[in-house]
Amino acid sequence: MVTAFSLSKGLTTLSGLLLLSFGSLAASQIEDQAEQFFRSGHTNNWAVLVCTSRFWFNYRHVANTLSVYRSVKRLGIPDSHIVLMLADDMACNPRNPKPATVFSHKNMELNVYGDDVEVDYRSYEVTVENFLRVLTGRIPPSTPRSKRLLSDDRSNILIYMTGHGGNGFLKFQDSEEITNIELADAFEQMWQKRRYNELLFIIDTCQGASMYERFYSPNIMALASSQVGEDSLSHQPDPAIGVHLMDRYTFYVLEFLEEINPASQTNMNDLFQVCPRSLCVSTPGHRTDLFQRDPKNVLITDFFGSVRKVEITTETISLQPDLEIMESRDKKDWMDEELMEPLKYAEQLPVAQIIHQKPKLKDWHPPGGFILGLWALIIMVFFKTYGIKHMKFIF
Amino acid sequence: MVLPRSLLAQGDHVLVCVIFLLFFQDTMSYIGPERTAVVRGFTHREAFNIVGRRVIQVAQAMSLTEDVLAAALADHLPEDKWSSDKRRPLKSSLGYEITFSLLNPDPKSHDVHWDIEGAVRRYVQPFLSALSAAGNFSVDSQILYYTVLGVNPRFDPASSSYYLAAHSLPHVINPVESRLGSSAASLYPVLNFLLYVPELAHSPLYIQDKDGAPVATNAFHSPRWGGIMVYNVDSKAYNASELPVRVEVDMVRVMEVFLAQLRLLFGIAQPQMPLKSLFSGPKSEGLTTWELDRLLWARSVENVATATTTLTSLAQLLGKISNIVIKDDVASEVYRAVAAVQKAAEELASGRLASAFIASQAAVTSSERAFFDPSLLHLLYFPDDQKFVISSL
Repeated sequence: MVTAFSLSKGLTTLSGLLLLSFGSLAASQIEDQAEQFFRSGHTNNWAVLVCTSRFWFNYRHVANTLSVYRSVKRLGIPDSHIVLMLADDMACNPRNPKPATVFSHKNMELNVYGDDVEVDYRSYEVTVENFLRVLTGRIPPSTPRSKRLLSDDRSNILIYMTGHGGNGFLKFQDSEEITNIELADAFEQMWQKRRYNELLFIIDTCQGASMYERFYSPNIMALASSQVGEDSLSHQPDPAIGVHLMDRYTFYVLEFLEEINPASQTNMNDLFQVCPRSLCVSTPGHRTDLFQRDPKNVLITDFFGSVRKVEITTETISLQPDLEIMESRDKKDWMDEELMEPLKYAEQLPVAQIIHQKPKLKDWHPPGGFILGLWALIIMVFFKTYGIKHMKFIF
Repeated sequence: MVLPRSLLAQGDHVLVCVIFLLFFQDTMSYIGPERTAVVRGFTHREAFNIVGRRVIQVAQAMSLTEDVLAAALADHLPEDKWSSDKRRPLKSSLGYEITFSLLNPDPKSHDVHWDIEGAVRRYVQPFLSALSAAGNFSVDSQILYYTVLGVNPRFDPASSSYYLAAHSLPHVINPVESRLGSSAASLYPVLNFLLYVPELAHSPLYIQDKDGAPVATNAFHSPRWGGIMVYNVDSKAYNASELPVRVEVDMVRVMEVFLAQLRLLFGIAQPQMPLKSLFSGPKSEGLTTWELDRLLWARSVENVATATTTLTSLAQLLGKISNIVIKDDVASEVYRAVAAVQKAAEELASGRLASAFIASQAAVTSSERAFFDPSLLHLLYFPDDQKFVISSL
């Protein structure tokens, strides 16, 4: 009786244990699958960073863009995948008391210009047309690779724009504007051609939220520094440099990004909390309705960094080491090629002919009418002044 | 049973299954490197059913199946994030640039030599010429000194070696990439293959997988980017001489891994072998004929789908914007693209893969040229609400 009881108890504990293990196995499997489901499907990252204002007093816009550039580079996106457009050169501006630097904190704590900044579109090349060409890919074939956005359907793109803006437009270089409709259409063109997997659009201008109102393509998340009707304010004037160094929103975003490293798991909800009204004076806004994933599952490094998907290589294919005969034959071909080359190269530059070349004699022509007239005038003036009696000394 | 010669000479895509008694004990089928397979028969009441099923399995392993097509059309189908195979292959392109780089972070200790030119000629060129139907390939190589991986390896006292854990591998590539110069190479997609010889202070260096076991190949790859292999210098080489130690890289071992990675990056996965079958392995080039067929099929389908969606979106654009003007050369590109799509579909239907692939590539090139024509920009971004007319009356 007792044994039966203990046996049944053993059985129940055993079954309980089995159930637990199955449960945990199933749970971990579900967790794995869930994790995979919420992970982004991108394989590379791109960033398009645009500063649209020129003139020395818009120093802060260049500093904004450069601080985002610096964070994005630090978190892993290489220069070949960043299109940086700066409408003016602040580091080498004659009014910059500290040349070759662009500071983002007063008291010159942080130089965001760095040692290896690579500007792709500079100065007057930053126009609405070039910006739209970069986004849509309708670029003339002669454009160098560094000026192209060569993204594909598995690219996550970060687009950051800063400058002066208004309700529904952003000013470029004080001479033209891009409207929110044009921007929305450009993004739709990108979506049609599958030039992005997911897109994060950040804008730091006055009334920035108006720029993302018209987006209608899927997989776009947008952040802006201020709502319609509000101005984005600048942060800190530096008495030594003489201008405002940063805008508030980007200043706090930079502070937030400085704490992110490539392995961090911070998500987008934290980025939405950056710069509340008490610090920013304006109300930052965001738009996530077009985005498929939940922002709390989107990592900051999905857009700002470049974490690659990596797989261990488990297979090899077997190769046979080659026979000697093939090798020697190949070597002979190779040597023949090498011998061939010097002859061909030397023939291209006929040095001997150039050295011994005599200068070609030009045919002599008598002086033309203008020269004759000029001399006649000079002689007439001479004789007029000094009298005709001097003629005998000349002729 | 004697095979009639007409059966063998028929077309390009006949899978010949010969049923006769084989001497292999356990294997039921054999799949060869050129489009042939052999299925073993036996006497049984249900012989035909069983053998028929096995023939179907073999045919499925060797030929185009639904999941290959699904992988090719991955970006046109609704999203399914479950399988990583779909993200791995490179997108179809006219050509590819393959760069082999030797990274030597410690030239004071290791004087590394590799016969890359010979290895490329012997092993890589045959593979690429077998694949030449799929695009133009160009190969280059470089040696980089004083370039370290971005991650510090950890020391494992048990095996007294250094290791890189699986979760730190994604961070290895980025710091190196800026040194590779891959962006200057060409407009084609670039595949980078790196051979890393670890520093003396961090030798030997192994890569661990998720369970903590060292990986046999000591290599990993990243989809659409390339692969990295860690080459450990033999510890016996240090005893005799003083530093720097001359290291001759064993190119056969290296190329075995790189070619396997190249196959994976191109989407030529290891085929699903049916049970109890013997796979002969690829020929010396590293690519079987039917794998190439599958790749060409998948690429042709992908190209036709891409060209079709491009032309459709261009047509939608014309519908949306009323005042657009299409120049003559854009129009002729569109006509050419449509003709090429039709030709590709016809050729695919009749099974002529090579010409179908060429037609599909022409279709993609023409449709992209039409869609990305620089002249379309001015006409698109001039919304009607920003136009006004000043007239004097």
